[in-house]
Amino acid sequence: MPTFNDILIMVPEFYLVAAACVLLLADAFLPAHQRGPTLHWASIFVLVAGIYLVVAHQPDGAVTAFNGMFIRDGVAEILKVFALLCTILVFIYAKPYLSDRKLFIGEFYTLMLFALIGVMLLVSAGNLIMIYLGLELLTLSSYALVALNRDSELSSEAAIKYFVLGALASGMLLYGMSMVYGATNTLDLVQLRDAIPHSTMPHLLVFGLIFMIIGVAFKLGAAPFHMWIPDVYQGAPTAVTVFVGSAPKLAAFGMAFRLLATGMGDMAHQWQLMLAVLAVLSLAVGNLVAIVQTNLKRLLAYSTISHMGYLLLGLVNAGPEGYSSAMFYAISYALMSTAAFGVILALSRAGFECEEIEDFKGLNQRSPWMAFLMLLCMFSLAGVPPMFGFFAKLLVLQAAIHAGMMWLAIVGAVFAIIGLYYYLHVVKVMYFDKPVEGTVVRLQPDFTLRLALSVNALVLLVLGVYWGPLLGWCKQAFVG
Amino acid sequence: MIDPSVFQLVCFYAFAAITVIAALSVVTLRNSVQAVLALVLTFFSTACIWMLAEAEFLAIALIVVYVGAVMVLFLFVVMMLDIDQEKLREGFMKYLPVGLFVAIAMLVEMLGLIGVRAMHAQTMGENPATAAGMSNTAWLGQALYTQYLLPFEVAALILTVGVIAAVALTLRHRAGTRKQQASEQVSVRASDRVRVIKMAAERPVESQPAPVQESKP
Repeated sequence: MPTFNDILIMVPEFYLVAAACVLLLADAFLPAHQRGPTLHWASIFVLVAGIYLVVAHQPDGAVTAFNGMFIRDGVAEILKVFALLCTILVFIYAKPYLSDRKLFIGEFYTLMLFALIGVMLLVSAGNLIMIYLGLELLTLSSYALVALNRDSELSSEAAIKYFVLGALASGMLLYGMSMVYGATNTLDLVQLRDAIPHSTMPHLLVFGLIFMIIGVAFKLGAAPFHMWIPDVYQGAPTAVTVFVGSAPKLAAFGMAFRLLATGMGDMAHQWQLMLAVLAVLSLAVGNLVAIVQTNLKRLLAYSTISHMGYLLLGLVNAGPEGYSSAMFYAISYALMSTAAFGVILALSRAGFECEEIEDFKGLNQRSPWMAFLMLLCMFSLAGVPPMFGFFAKLLVLQAAIHAGMMWLAIVGAVFAIIGLYYYLHVVKVMYFDKPVEGTVVRLQPDFTLRLALSVNALVLLVLGVYWGPLLGWCKQAFVG
Repeated sequence: MIDPSVFQLVCFYAFAAITVIAALSVVTLRNSVQAVLALVLTFFSTACIWMLAEAEFLAIALIVVYVGAVMVLFLFVVMMLDIDQEKLREGFMKYLPVGLFVAIAMLVEMLGLIGVRAMHAQTMGENPATAAGMSNTAWLGQALYTQYLLPFEVAALILTVGVIAAVALTLRHRAGTRKQQASEQVSVRASDRVRVIKMAAERPVESQPAPVQESKP
């Protein structure tokens, strides 16, 4: 029977659900001109308080609630803190963009909060049902957010593609789960781990594992299940793209960890090679196709695919070292991609998306600070030392080597060098190309946006030099 | 006499076959109304399979909710749409052989590996409802509100998001549309709508010359 203690463990989630419902009602009853600003600041306040609730009263070790449905441990804590942080940044970056396009509406904030609740439930899931439901909450909100700009054909097309492929992926995941349930007779992840060695149907288990990995790969956006990523990144309003590229990636890592490490940990020898293949394909597809892109949002989409390949390199290790390096990578990617899309948002204005690489020509002459921030993002994404992204890459490559997969680490390193080309191309365009005549770069005048963006990009440099504490925090989460 | 378990097995395969055929027809039929009807059949035979698994409540809920309400609504929508049937199916025949080959190959592989025999093994354990000495519905209700309370609530959240998304994506305030204003209608008074003009019941005939009548030719 659920007790009051169960609710205490889940305070951050319950609080966010209540806050989202209050904001939803506030949106309905506030006068029209107050809705946007009120919801904006209220949501940011809600998220800041959410971070406090997650960090405060964090129990030592793992505790479960509602019959093991919900796990609150170090992994969940770190992922939740960064998911909340990224969402705060998204709200700040998105505000001017939304106001310029008549999208500054309450639904953006409430749907975002519900998606975030999905992320938090997903990374804390202790049961196959909770994984599925958390994922559905996250993706259903994301589909609607992508389609939020109803007058844009590109957005609608992206939303439909996202919806159909997402539904297919959820179906695959469910199919896999049902097979695993059939073979082990349990849905609880911890019981599942204990039941796997005694299962009388190992073949059925492997089939279930394959289908579940397909579902995870879809959500991560790893090749060959990456088809939705470029279209969704390009078609969605940039304010939504920046979200899709941040918190949900943390959630996808959390889901992969819960499913594969907690649930199917005993079958690691089976899924290690599958993940290795996915990683190589993602690295190849992401880095090679990104070279020919002319649209920056699309380029960043292909770069996501390659980054998911690196994240998988960490997971392939299948030990605490691998998991902590993969989580470190997921966090670094979420912060880098938030900053990179933040620059696009800061430079766009009504009627001008600033999403083509050409739009960045000669940015240095017009706005040196923005060009510098973009330079930091690109260097970090490329993995140039001493940026954050460099150490993240180093750690996952190290994890792959320690797993005895030297070839995989070599492939990763080679593709990192290939990837350098298109990141540096953006930098070259900003610093050495002449600006196109007749275009004006006008920065968004929003002060909080500039401040948050500067801090976000500079953190990439600071964490690149001073990465010890964060890594220590990640490692501690996987001890014991 | 037929062994009851054998009979159950035969029933299962029959229902399962019908489900698969109906599901295939949902996506292959040219006429969308027929496709919806095939979907009804799919749901129905799925309900039959659940009935075999002694999940009576779920089976009835599936029929009442989906077949009874959702599918009828669906049918209304489909009948109101004006869809060009031929254009939708372009390229279908081209991809059919490849798709069929992949599907059949996968099916054969999976059946071969798992082994039909393994599927017959008793793996699902005892029915928890029978073990607890309760009816299926009572057990389901109890499990839903105790052991599975959290997923149940999260499912409610998902439905909320569905409503928000549907409203956010479809509600449009067009300028110039005439909408019903219930509050104004209720608070309206007779004096706002009807103007009573006082006038004499009979107007005195003024002495004026009678209109000149046109003389008929």
